[in-house]
Amino acid sequence: MKHIISALVENHSGVLARVSGLISGRGFNIDSLAVGETQDPDVSRMTIVTTGDDRVVEQIIKQLGKLIDVIKVVDISEDEIIDRELVLAKISANPATRNDIMQIVNTFRAKVVDVNPKSLTIEVTGSESKVDAMLELLLPFGILEVVRTGLVAISRRAELAAPEKITAKTTRFSAGDEKPKAGKEKKKAAAGKKAIGDDWY
Amino acid sequence: MTGAQAMIKALEMEGVDTIFGLPGGAILPTFDALYDSKQIKFILVRHEQGASHMADGYGRATGKPGVCLVTSGPAATNTVTGLATAFMDSAPMVCITGQVATTAIGSDAFQEADVCGITRPVTKHNYLIRDVRDIVRTVREAFYIARTGRPGPVLIDFPVNISRQTVEFEWPEEVHIRGYEIPSKGDKAQIQKAAELIKDSKRPVLYVGGGAVGSGANKEIFDFVEKTGIPITTTVLGLGIFPEDHPDSLRMLGMHGTVYANYSVQRSDLLIAVGARFDDRVTGNIEKFCPHAKIIHIDIDPASISKTVKVDVSIVGDVRHVMKDLNKIVSDKRQDITAWTDQIAEWKKKHPLKYKDSGDVIRQEYAIAKIGEVTKHKAVVTTGVGQHQMWAAQWYKFKAPRSMLTSGGLGTMGYGLPAAIGAQLGRPKETVVCIDGDGSVQMTICELTTAAYYKIPVKLFIMDNEYHGMVRQWQQLFYNNRLSGSVLGPSNPDFLKLAESHGVKALRCDKKDDVVPTIQKALEHDGPVLVHMVVAKEDNVYPMVPSGHALDQVMDMA
Ligand SMILES: Cc1ncc(C[n+]2csc(CCOP(=O)(O)OP(=O)(O)O)c2C)c(N)n1
Ligand SMILES: [Mg+2]
Repeated sequence: MKHIISALVENHSGVLARVSGLISGRGFNIDSLAVGETQDPDVSRMTIVTTGDDRVVEQIIKQLGKLIDVIKVVDISEDEIIDRELVLAKISANPATRNDIMQIVNTFRAKVVDVNPKSLTIEVTGSESKVDAMLELLLPFGILEVVRTGLVAISRRAELAAPEKITAKTTRFSAGDEKPKAGKEKKKAAAGKKAIGDDWY
Repeated sequence: MTGAQAMIKALEMEGVDTIFGLPGGAILPTFDALYDSKQIKFILVRHEQGASHMADGYGRATGKPGVCLVTSGPAATNTVTGLATAFMDSAPMVCITGQVATTAIGSDAFQEADVCGITRPVTKHNYLIRDVRDIVRTVREAFYIARTGRPGPVLIDFPVNISRQTVEFEWPEEVHIRGYEIPSKGDKAQIQKAAELIKDSKRPVLYVGGGAVGSGANKEIFDFVEKTGIPITTTVLGLGIFPEDHPDSLRMLGMHGTVYANYSVQRSDLLIAVGARFDDRVTGNIEKFCPHAKIIHIDIDPASISKTVKVDVSIVGDVRHVMKDLNKIVSDKRQDITAWTDQIAEWKKKHPLKYKDSGDVIRQEYAIAKIGEVTKHKAVVTTGVGQHQMWAAQWYKFKAPRSMLTSGGLGTMGYGLPAAIGAQLGRPKETVVCIDGDGSVQMTICELTTAAYYKIPVKLFIMDNEYHGMVRQWQQLFYNNRLSGSVLGPSNPDFLKLAESHGVKALRCDKKDDVVPTIQKALEHDGPVLVHMVVAKEDNVYPMVPSGHALDQVMDMA
């Protein structure tokens, strides 16, 4: 099954390597990974799409959660989410086919962003299924090149904000000093709700 | 002060009393600052792998992170084996490596290596210091992370230009790491569920690993067993958490565990796993592992739970806290388990650990049992990897926690001698014994010099069977006895001369009758001793569960 994992991570160098290294080192597969800064410039958001049985996905989440640079990690697949992907596609086109292509583009509320004598470049945003559906219709015309950002997703629920910086306290340094700490509470995904975002037609 | 001075001062503030290491260009400013420290004793090693195992041995023996300090590039890469060893076995340690100047990073500068990149999968966390003002906070975080939660090695990569910059020393009373969470108390409802399962179980077994040792849960484990009468087996890293001469002890389980421990686990209806992670050397064929049992898993690492086996009740928390809470509610009105314990007693009688004892030849089992007796089962024992390691686990009879230091997860030959040196410095008043193989010991034998120079009184017993014995055993059993690469005899050095040239007292023992007097002589000597123990050459370790087999498919000695 497809899972969408959303992680808040420290925005400093090496974090992407830690996350991707962990995923490949433990033999997990990822379909896509998208990273960008959040409203807090110290924090980045990673959206990781992976396919695997529940056990594997549980391991990925637990292992990611152990990384010190990962502030919070949640499987949002079962959540009410809005998910989008941006795709740029260069489609082979000639005067005879251009109109047909435009029609498909319009139906999907996509945009033509560049026109060439031999091709059209199309920009489309949407859920994965929308993008896939459109690309399938364009296939017969000849797809010359496709660039996808990978999925980004946001939950409709309360935001998964980064906890306050202050979550840990250390005041002693003797052996065996283990103080419990707050922060990084893992919110369970609200069960039962289907992912939405297929609202493009 | 300089960044280097801030580094040393921060280490002092953390309570560091010993550093293992070896200098070089990128770490020279730090070594210069270390020269002035009155608090920190510096131990100069001969190879940085040795420094990393010493820090690990110190950490496992005391629970306090051991510290090693080395230069960049080749020195840093020399510590990788030590980091991986500590990581697999959750040993607390902090490794500080020099790095080329921040301005040169990425330019393939002299002695540059991407140490954070190389060590990422074998450390709990690592840092590259980029700002002189981050030094103190980084040290604090590193020690905190190394020793809390599931402990592990943390590396700090320290660029040389930053160690030369100036900074005002500021000690943060509090450290905040928002991405780090340490479970402490276990969930009440889950503990209650566990108690219910225990109450209804007719054939329960307690299976305890290194996590319980790390958490200091020996008293809680003991109380639990005393209160419930539930038989207990341990992994190799769990040895010492519970006295092995106690009637409820099943001793070690797994590939070379006792027959009765493995039978008990396989026939159990409830397995209570505590600070253990179901390693394949422990479970045998995982598909066939304890087929009739429900499983309770108590561990501080949520990722260890349901990683290889599905569990029925999981409790994430510090083992010591959880066991304490569990002890409070475990019911006295439980199922009667005497039929079960009677059955186990019968297995114990029928399948004891045994060995062929004949003539003058020294059997390792005998020699190790005698080392156990002479040291009253109270020494800190370290080992290499191989047959001698498994025999040490089987025959020493451990009674005290933190007394068996061995590379269980990574299986690192060469761990024994440096780990013994580290352990001895952490626990200077106690007897530290290294039971090593002729193959393993040669991997880090250069540290004999370190022991001699600093008069670190470790007792090194080399069990010389003239083979990579464990490899030879597998070749005999599974490869038609084709001894490819496992023969050491013709090329072994003269261990006595080797010891003497290092300034270490040397004893040789090649007759069974001499074993006890030799051990006594070694222990009486006030300083490091190497005992060259000439042992039976072609013995095999039994019982043995060949890999891929279920735990009760055991090969045992006739
Ligand atoms: C660094 C390293 N290299 C190789 C191995 C594989 N290995 C496991 S046991 C063993 C033989 C060990 O020989 P020795 O130390 O003499 O112990 P013995 O089995 O003879 O008691 C080898 C080579 C290992 N565990 N570690
Ligand atoms: Mg050998």
